[in-house]
Amino acid sequence: MKVMIPSALRSYTERSEAHAQGATLAALLDDLDRQYAGIRFRMVDEQDRIRRHIRIFVNGVQSSGLAQPLAETDEVIIVQALSGG
Amino acid sequence: MATSKKPATRKSSAAKPRTIVLVATRKGAWLFHGDAARKTWKADGPHFLGHVISHMVLDPRDGKTLLAAAKTGHLGPTVFRSTNMGKTWKEAKQPPAFTKAHEGEKGRSVDHTFWLTPAHANEPGVWYAGTSPQGLFRSEDGGVNWKPFSTINDDPQYRVWMGTAQDGTPDGPKLHSMLIDPRDPKHLYFGMSGGGVHETLDAGKTWKVMIKGMDVVEGFGFDPAQPTFHDPHCLRMCPANPDRIYQQNHCGIYRIDRPSDTWVRIGKAMPKKVGDIGFPMVVHPRDDNSAWVFPMDGSGVWPRTSPDGKPAVYGTRNAGRTWQRMDAGMPDSQAWWTVKRQAMTADTAATVGLYFGTTSGELWLSRDEGKRWTCIARNLPEIYAVETATL
Repeated sequence: MKVMIPSALRSYTERSEAHAQGATLAALLDDLDRQYAGIRFRMVDEQDRIRRHIRIFVNGVQSSGLAQPLAETDEVIIVQALSGG
Repeated sequence: MATSKKPATRKSSAAKPRTIVLVATRKGAWLFHGDAARKTWKADGPHFLGHVISHMVLDPRDGKTLLAAAKTGHLGPTVFRSTNMGKTWKEAKQPPAFTKAHEGEKGRSVDHTFWLTPAHANEPGVWYAGTSPQGLFRSEDGGVNWKPFSTINDDPQYRVWMGTAQDGTPDGPKLHSMLIDPRDPKHLYFGMSGGGVHETLDAGKTWKVMIKGMDVVEGFGFDPAQPTFHDPHCLRMCPANPDRIYQQNHCGIYRIDRPSDTWVRIGKAMPKKVGDIGFPMVVHPRDDNSAWVFPMDGSGVWPRTSPDGKPAVYGTRNAGRTWQRMDAGMPDSQAWWTVKRQAMTADTAATVGLYFGTTSGELWLSRDEGKRWTCIARNLPEIYAVETATL
């Protein structure tokens, strides 16, 4: 499925749109990490918590967590907060 | 007439050693390449513009592996590696990360890797990393893969001493200053800010607390026997004498000479109006009686700026019995500098060069062991760490 990548993570994907597979959000992020090594840990910590400044939307709705089921036709958007200075 | 042929003079084919200054900042990293005289400097950077770089260190064992501890305000932490002096970088496959907690338990996550230390000369490729929240990690492949080192990260007693995000420094308590005994790779020290100084003789199987003689903040009834209340800011082992360690602590400047287990507050010899509060500690590469500090104001609300707005390095040539003010070349007023604990260092030249970086983005150098200072870069972001490498 289509995954939109924020600018801060495009050093991994080199483009704004990636494609990955997974029956859950966790599986999708694992697949992204297989394709772009290291990308998952920048978004999800070692306790499987989505990091503080990262939000993930599925079909425009904020994700409930990594266990959220996904369908092949879903669109996933990863958003990073741009706070601070 | 017999003639004698004067031997031809040959220019040495060996190039003079050059110093590189590795500058880590809140907004990226820079490499300053010096000439042999350390007079002209060429800036190479920014690397990782916008990333918080807590520390950048070149492996002295191979002279080419460069590690940078990085995060951004928005993404998780990682470690970048270069083996061509920053021309290209690769990310660690497994950056420092705590062990995943069991179901129902709340595990910790690394916010940032704070300190990087190459291990013993006989352990090529081995590095240690200290993190915030406080954790100790080790890589055995030049920084590609990191694992928790020893049991302290999850030890209940150490977790108490480490404190929480509410303890320690504003952006989190930090494990730092991993010191490696050059005579024995199993003999290590580290500091916890806060949480005291710790030593192992068996490669991390067991640890011993080393806080005797260290003061705690007065007036709150803190028990000096409790590691929790001790805040070492920076520990440095003398390369010329690994039994001698200097320490800049939240509560003064100390020295210990092993096998003694008692720190001596050598900062009491500092001028009273300057005090002995600060972050960095620097030692001479060959003379264990010589060390330098950068005092900061620890009065009132602890501004931690140069006392009275008059910055100075203070140096000792007799192991802390006396201290000399070394400020020639620095501003003589209205300079409210802060120098962080990793942001001051020395090189290994015959006449040692000293370097420090300020949180206001200035990089300063003394080519003569502190006698005279010159600014070699301005307008950098907030400087977090300064290290040197000799090539």
